[in-house]
Formats: sequence, structure tokens, C-alpha cells
Amino acid sequence: MAYKNYILVCAGTACESSKGIALYKELEKELKAQGAETEAQLVKTGCFGFCEQGPIVKILPDETFYVKVGPQHAKQIVAEHIIKGRQVEELLYDKEQKGKSANEIGFYQKQKRIVLRNCGVINPEFIDEYIARDGYAALEKVMFEMTGDEVIEELCNAGLRGRGGAGFPTSLKWKFTKNIKADQKYIVCNADEGDPGAYMDRSTCEGDPHSVLEAMTIAGKTVGASQGYIYIRAEYPLAIERLNNAIDQSREYGLLGDNILGSDFSFDIELRLGAGAFVCGEETALIASIEGKRGMPIPRPPFPAVKGLWGKPTVINNVETWANIPMIILKGSSWFNRIGTESSKGTKVFALTGKINNSGLIEVPMGTTLREIIYDIGGGIANGKKFKAAQTGGPSGGVITEEFLDIPIDYESLQGIGSMMGSGGMIVMDEDDCMIDITKFYLEFTVDESCGKCAPCRIGGRTNYNILDKISKGQGTLEDLDQLKVLAQAMRKASLCGLGQTAPNPIMSTLNYFEDEYLAHINDKKCPAGKCKDLLSYTIIEDQCIGCTACARVCPVNCISGKVKEVHLIDQDQCIKCGQCFDKCNFDAILKG
Amino acid sequence: MAKMTLEELRNLRESKKKEMSQRDGNDKSAQIIIGMGTCGIAAGAKEAFDAFLDELNTREIMDTKITQTGCMGLCFSEPTVEVDVPGMPRVIYGNVDEKVARRIVKEHLIGKALVSDHIFDKPAADIIK
Repeated sequence: MAYKNYILVCAGTACESSKGIALYKELEKELKAQGAETEAQLVKTGCFGFCEQGPIVKILPDETFYVKVGPQHAKQIVAEHIIKGRQVEELLYDKEQKGKSANEIGFYQKQKRIVLRNCGVINPEFIDEYIARDGYAALEKVMFEMTGDEVIEELCNAGLRGRGGAGFPTSLKWKFTKNIKADQKYIVCNADEGDPGAYMDRSTCEGDPHSVLEAMTIAGKTVGASQGYIYIRAEYPLAIERLNNAIDQSREYGLLGDNILGSDFSFDIELRLGAGAFVCGEETALIASIEGKRGMPIPRPPFPAVKGLWGKPTVINNVETWANIPMIILKGSSWFNRIGTESSKGTKVFALTGKINNSGLIEVPMGTTLREIIYDIGGGIANGKKFKAAQTGGPSGGVITEEFLDIPIDYESLQGIGSMMGSGGMIVMDEDDCMIDITKFYLEFTVDESCGKCAPCRIGGRTNYNILDKISKGQGTLEDLDQLKVLAQAMRKASLCGLGQTAPNPIMSTLNYFEDEYLAHINDKKCPAGKCKDLLSYTIIEDQCIGCTACARVCPVNCISGKVKEVHLIDQDQCIKCGQCFDKCNFDAILKG
Repeated sequence: MAKMTLEELRNLRESKKKEMSQRDGNDKSAQIIIGMGTCGIAAGAKEAFDAFLDELNTREIMDTKITQTGCMGLCFSEPTVEVDVPGMPRVIYGNVDEKVARRIVKEHLIGKALVSDHIFDKPAADIIK
């Protein structure tokens, strides 16, 4: 059956939460009601990445890109676009783009989609669509045309490094596991995505679950494992549903289970749900959690590649790493290693969030500059504010300041400036963000998520948090800054796992680039960004106030008094420093400081 | 479906690939644009559309995409269809019924010759501006 049009509706979590499913149902209803069921096929797809503008609807083959589409627009889309072939102008992303295709939108132009190749293209609930996009062709190649050593050599030549953050060469992990003789080996997918603001792995599992399954099966064949586990957090219900559905379909097709594709190779995959503890993203803690133990890390070596799950050699890679592998096998290492920089090959997916116009999921070649990401893809800083810094690497990372906007992003360059690649969260901050406040936020997170096993992380993290809290309240001293640094060093050196070792990174990074802001809090008892409430007060300038009462009416705690046409007064004891009066005043009569 | 062999997987991929390629507008060099305003639809543009689709499918022509557009203003000669094949002039055909649609695929897309008795001259650039 051939259709004239294809309506692709994003069914990722972001679009779903803004009524993507209701829209899908409404479109289904309208196609029926208007007798256009045979004109257009409705397809549920994974994340298009342009979450800021969701729900997204793409119409093929003319590549029309509709944004912020609600259920109420379904009727119009069917009546106008599907039946009459006229674009619904008010829903176009860029009203100027009439007649232009989605690929011409600035948001997509600098991107290169390898990991996200199928997201927003196929229906993740149908294995056939994945197969049509060369799905499981890499598995065929590995099973019938390549030896295990050749597969590992291909990955080695491709220069693929772990996308979970540390950047360890993937081929080495596989090689270690392959070269050990053992009665049982395991393959594990780390889908325990925990960084605040990061959702790359979730979107990949939701939008293209088979790419992960295929890659894990390839690894099973290569190193000689027969069982795989995907460790995913229970907070990702949609991803879990899609993965389970994909596993069922693969089993039915004989692509998982006994005697895959009629060969003597058997491999199966099961999900293991995590309870959402950040430390379980650390591989040894993750393994403990799969084993049914409390999720706590153990010292390495031995590494999981040698002694992992239930003491057996285990290949453990992150979702994004897995999703790269079928493409490398299919297109070859020389195709892959042409993309990226000298030391970091391929692409990286980032979840772009914060004070940015186009927040969303992006995939760029390694070596793309932060400036390109923020201004060309991200559309610049929201509300015309000034860029202050970008945070990468989550609670283990640091900030990138304006002076480094033009360095090409790869594993080494980010480490060189005191941040790290991390799993791909990228939070953009503007002039209204206080660095002490941000650092405090991350410390609060790591203190909360520390498993408590080792003292440097458990006590050091808490003490550092208390110092930051003190500084944010204007009670810090210069000695506190030294203390922060000493503790940070101790945590780095003595913590048991990556969580504690990297927890001080936000402190060191912000101290390095924004020391003046720390000093302003300590010496002047001021928060330059106006974020730390204890150092902030709003006062009414008598000469400017005309007594319009606008501020008094907007104040949620009624602490502004004054008669009409008389100067108003803010009761400092009652004020909760919400800033609403400041925003409301039309006469610049309120002083923030 | 039961468990597949290698050959079955390959066959499935080939057949699904064809289905999926109809969605993709990117790697198509030639384009058929059908005027589907009220006038076009009333004059039978849908039937022409179906004929184009059917013809492309049965002849396995993969490099051509069909899109619809609104009324081109040539309501008296609807259904109108614009055909753009690389290396050939862009042509507007008028009064394209099912039969003509099939002829366009055969003679224009495959034979690389214009279906001369149905060509409707494109209005001069200064008029449509």
C-alpha cells in the first residue's frame, strides 16, 4: 500500500508530556473522519531533538516541519495539508521557511546524526522499519563474514571511545573480555542516565531501541557471551516499554534467543530496572545492583572486562556507545574515523538545556565549537541575555566560560579546561545565574547521591556543601576558600569511585574561572547575579515611585504597603525576595541589590 | 512471523526498504508536484495522484518524489501537474487525468521526452511574482 503522505509524530517523553499522544489520537480520528486514511500513514517516531518546540510533526515526503502542534490542530493539518496539499503556515517553525524542508532549518544544519540516525525517522515500535534502514545488517556481517578479532580491530581503527563520559577505548574493553577463557561472559548496557538535565540515552532507547539490541548481540558474538542485560532506571517508563517491545520482536524474528538466524550462536537480552541511584551509573556499583546487592562501588582493578557480573568477564558500555557500533561495522572504520578530531572520533549527543532558545537533543561531530552549538544550533541565549558559562559533565564536570567558546570540543580539550565530556548534559547559563548557587546545587546532588561507603566522599562532600552554603549566605571567610580546595584535593585522591573523585570538579572549576564571584560573596556580602537570596534585598527608590500600587498588588506575601499616589515601602522582614515587584515596576523605582 | 534465516532477513529488508523510501524526500532528484486546490481535486487531481503513485510503484521508480501543492491559478486546466526532472525543462501539464498521468511517467520520467500535447506554458516570471 502506497501512501501519498506520511505524518511523523514525535512520541518521545518530552513531546509526550506536551500532549503528543493526544495529538496522535486526534490525527488518527481526523484522518478517519475526513476519509483520508488511505492518503496518509500516521507514524509514531522517536525524539526529533527539537524539544523546545514540541510536540513536533513532520510530514513526508515534502519535509514540512510543524512545531508546537496541539490536538486542536489535527483537523486543520488533515484538511489543509493532507487533503489539499497546503502547508498550515501558522504551525511552521520558521514562517519564512515556507516550502523549505526540515533539513534547512538552522537547528539541524550543523548536526550530524549517527547515533540518532533513526530517531524521528522510524517508528520505534516496529522492527520492520529498523530493518528497512539497514537494521541488523551489521549483525549479519559480524555473524557470517567477520571474525571476532576483525570486529575488534574495526572498532579499534574507528577510534570509538566510551560515550558514558570517561572516554575509554571501546575496542580495548572488548579485547580484554574476548581474550579471557571463561564458561560464561556477559554483555551489559549502562542506561542508568543520572546527570541532571541529561536525556540522551533515554531518547535513544525510546527512538531506536533496536540499535542497542543489535550492538549488544554483536558484542555477544564477538567476545563469546550468551547473555546481555540492559540496566535502566525505573524512572524511564517509555524507554522500558519500547525496549521490552523491541526485545519481544527480535525474539520473534529469531534475532535474539537460541540459534540466531539459523546459526549455532545464541544470545538473549533482559532488562534490569534500577531505582534511580546516581552511583549505580558507576560500573562496579551497577554490576552489584544487577546481582541484587546494594549498589555500591568496589575498587578497580580488577575491571569488569576481566571480573564483572557474578565474577565473570563482562563488557559494559553506555547506550550511546552501543548505538554507534552497528554503523561502524556497516560503513567501516575509515568512514567513522574521518569524523571528529585527532583523539576523539565520531559524534557526540548533547542534551542542550538551560537559558537557551532551542533546548533539545543535538548530535554534532567531535570538534564542533561551543559557539556553534550555542549560537548556530541552540539559537543563542534566551531573552536576549548575555552568555556566562556552559556546564558540561554534570556533577562531575565543570564550567566552560566565554573565552573558551571557540575551542573544538573533544575529550581532551574539555579536560584541559577543567570540565569534562561527561555523558552529554550541557546546561547553558546566563548573567542571572550565580556560580556559587550552581556549585551548591551540584554538591547537594552528589552529597545526596553518595553511597556513603568511603569517608572522603561522604564527609568531604557534606563539609564542602556546608562551606558553600555559608558563603551563599554571606558568612564565608577567605579561609573557607582554602578549606574548599584542600577538601577537594582529598576527595579527588582518596575517594573510592568516580562519584567522589569528580564531585569537587564543579567547585574547582568555578573557583578557577569565577573567583571574583566567590570574593564578592565573602568580602562585599553581595551576590553579583542577584541569585543568593540572603544577600539580596529589594528597596523602593522614593524619588522614582509614583504610587501606582502595581508592586503591592503583585506581591505574594503582601509585604509592600503604601496608599495610591504615595511612595510605597517594602517590609524587609516579610520579603521573600521573589523579585516579582522588580519585574512588575514600570518606573524603575525598585532597586535590586 | 517465525524465526528467520539470513536469507529471509535480507528479503524482508529489501521489501521494507522500498516502502520506507517513499517517505524520504532527500535523495530524490525528480519531482512531481500536483495542484490539489479545491479546483484541482474537483477536476480529478486525486485520481491523477493515485495513478502517479501506482505507476511509480509498479515501475519501481525510486528517485522521484510526489508532492502536492495548492492552486496554481490555472483553474481552467486542472488538474495541473508540474514535473521537474534534472536536465530537462520544468514543465507544467494541464488537464492531467489518470491516463495522462501514466503517460507522463512513461514518456517524461522514463523516456525523457515531453508529453507535448498536454504542456501548459509556465506563466512568465514577472506575472507569478
